[in-house]
Amino acid sequence: MQNLNEVRGKYQQQYKEKIARPRIVVGLGTCGIAAGGDKVMAALKEQVAARGLDADIDFTSCIGMCYREPMVEIALPGLPAVIYGDIFPDKVEKLLEGHIVNKTPVLEWAAFQIPGDAAPYEGIEVMEQTSYYSKQVRSVTSRLGRTNPETIVDYMATGGYEGLEKALAMDRLDVIEEVKKSGLRGRGGGGFPTGVKWSFVYGAQGEKKYAVCNADEGDPGAFMDRSVLEGDPHAVLEGMAIAGFAIGADEGYIYCRAEYPLAIKRLNMAIAEAEAHGLLGDNILESGFSFRVKIKAGAGAFVCGEETALLNSIEGLRGMPRVRPPFPAHKGLFGLPTVLNNVETYANVPFIIRNGSDWYAGMGTEKSKGSKVFCLTGKVNNTGLMEVPMGITLRDIIFTIGGGIQEDKKFKAVQSGGPSGGCIPTEHLDTPIDYDSLGAIGSIMGSGGLVVMDEGTCMVDVAKFFLNFTQLESCGKCTPCREGTKRMLEILQRICDGEGEIEDLDTLERLCRVIKSSALCGLGQTCPNPIATTMRYFKDEYVAHIKDKRCPAGVCKALLQYTILEDKCTGCGVCLRACPSGAITGEKKKPHTIDIDLCIKCGACIQKCKFDAIVKK
Amino acid sequence: MASCSCGETTDQSKEAAMQKVFDQYRDIKGGLIPVLQEAQDIYGYLPKEVLQQIAKEMKLPYSNVFGVCTFYAQFHLKPRGRNIIRICLGTACHVRGGAKIFEAAQEALGVGQGGTTEDLRFTLETVACIGACGLSPCMMVNDNTHGRLKPQEVAGIFETYK
Repeated sequence: MQNLNEVRGKYQQQYKEKIARPRIVVGLGTCGIAAGGDKVMAALKEQVAARGLDADIDFTSCIGMCYREPMVEIALPGLPAVIYGDIFPDKVEKLLEGHIVNKTPVLEWAAFQIPGDAAPYEGIEVMEQTSYYSKQVRSVTSRLGRTNPETIVDYMATGGYEGLEKALAMDRLDVIEEVKKSGLRGRGGGGFPTGVKWSFVYGAQGEKKYAVCNADEGDPGAFMDRSVLEGDPHAVLEGMAIAGFAIGADEGYIYCRAEYPLAIKRLNMAIAEAEAHGLLGDNILESGFSFRVKIKAGAGAFVCGEETALLNSIEGLRGMPRVRPPFPAHKGLFGLPTVLNNVETYANVPFIIRNGSDWYAGMGTEKSKGSKVFCLTGKVNNTGLMEVPMGITLRDIIFTIGGGIQEDKKFKAVQSGGPSGGCIPTEHLDTPIDYDSLGAIGSIMGSGGLVVMDEGTCMVDVAKFFLNFTQLESCGKCTPCREGTKRMLEILQRICDGEGEIEDLDTLERLCRVIKSSALCGLGQTCPNPIATTMRYFKDEYVAHIKDKRCPAGVCKALLQYTILEDKCTGCGVCLRACPSGAITGEKKKPHTIDIDLCIKCGACIQKCKFDAIVKK
Repeated sequence: MASCSCGETTDQSKEAAMQKVFDQYRDIKGGLIPVLQEAQDIYGYLPKEVLQQIAKEMKLPYSNVFGVCTFYAQFHLKPRGRNIIRICLGTACHVRGGAKIFEAAQEALGVGQGGTTEDLRFTLETVACIGACGLSPCMMVNDNTHGRLKPQEVAGIFETYK
């Protein structure tokens, strides 16, 4: 077998030379670009050229701190790398003047520093000591925000394709055994042991086998897979190649949703580079093993994240789930044995093979090994991407890493697992995050989206929001899901409109039970979870909507009443002019009033009032 | 010679492009969806005649092609605007006021969900998540993601797309 020593040595040298130069690195993941990273990049290029500064400009992907985007890293030879947050084009001049020209970091904009072997700067927190990163681990996300994802040089210089090289020299069963021993479980949310899945496909009979990657990340509030694909595409390819070798597949598909154009672009670049280096294609490293990867762009259907629906979609059919058994391990893509794993699962594999299963199993809890990537969003101060060891508590994630709730409001619930998951209330904040503990409190690990809700969020409205989503995305193949989601949504709508009856709660509970036990696929079986958990933990809110015709969080429009506080109203007349339905009346400089019958509850008056004199309850 | 304005030339070039697509995917298993995607890129939407042609070339029943085409949200049977606006109404955007962004967009364009402006400049759609939740509320215009939106900024962003 051919080895990679020579080319790796060359790339390590190139990489070393690159980071030994004065360098400015801009975070250009989708979130960085959305925050204006590309404009910052343009401003940096222009000013560095105009002033003739001695510095290279490079880009990387998302380091995780979405709330500080756009982020820029500046590193001088032999000195720590400083990562700056909220760098907009108007800050570029001062940043260059300070850090590049005067060689003094601009302390007030610095988010943290990565000293490496150098002595840290005074006055800037070291990455591992910041509250955002101190509880995190960085293994599957280790390259995110640190390397350039559009070149194989950076990947190979940082240990890339060592896992594949090592695997190709091993016995196929030993590779599977190593993955089994690591304890890695499906990171798409299912939590099935990856090594066991591989051994099923290894043992299955078929003239050809496939390795398929599920990159149809459809859960609202989740962007782990996008971040990994954009930040470390080669790791996913390497993981797939190792899987293909272990199970005996020579072809792989990545099914990526069309909403991720940048991920698809970087994957295509990575495939081309890997093929050019003989790391994908025929007879890889002269080992006799051949493996090709193709990308299939999704066409916009949430249900295609379900494994059998995804296979149908690759086959060019309507993306409807199949009845199981037979399972994809025996009859998968085009009726042949197929292993299907999620992006994050594949991306973990090269690290496990390279560093050994013991290293991986050393992280996490007894039954949930390793680390998990989460996306923290919603009403939390620090939104972003994070990798944490299994077993960390939700409290640590939300209040330490996430920095607590925005505007110091009260925490109400956190939603895990997207439309298939549940809302977890305050009393369960100390639950350790692992597959089994989350299941025990009615939620699921899911793919890793965590949406934080504060006291201003109505839990009935949230349940309705998710049901509206699953109802729209239900493929219609099986009756419990097609009809059940529609009926549950109708009931929730009724409750939010103030027309609910107390019997509705029993009906909802029964529907939840029936759909869960009788729907065909994961979408249907888990769609009652948002209702079941909100009814379990926030039943009083449902009762308030039904009995008192009141929305405690002040969200459900039909149940709100707008009133003007007499003692605060100055009679300025701004609300009167803003009201589109003429519901506000009053003389100048005297307190105004709202006619409830005319009010359409649009909230225009509240937005305009400068004296906080209008309230909704 | 003055250029022809009857549209024939462009139709011809579109057909030639379609032929290339057929040549590439005709014998590929599961080629229907990529063909539909490319056809939509070429024509902007999927006219009935094109669907019929696809059925013939791919040797599939027309009902089959139509069934796949209507299953996926990405495919459109009616003409669409030059710029596609997708407002995110996912969970993270929902709790941070995505609905207000959608309202502002509707007001700015004068069309509702799925609507296209008369000058075919914009089509307004909603999407369940574009994966930029850290910057919610957000939207995509064509392939560009815009984040941390405020309702009053929306119209100005649209102005930059011709």
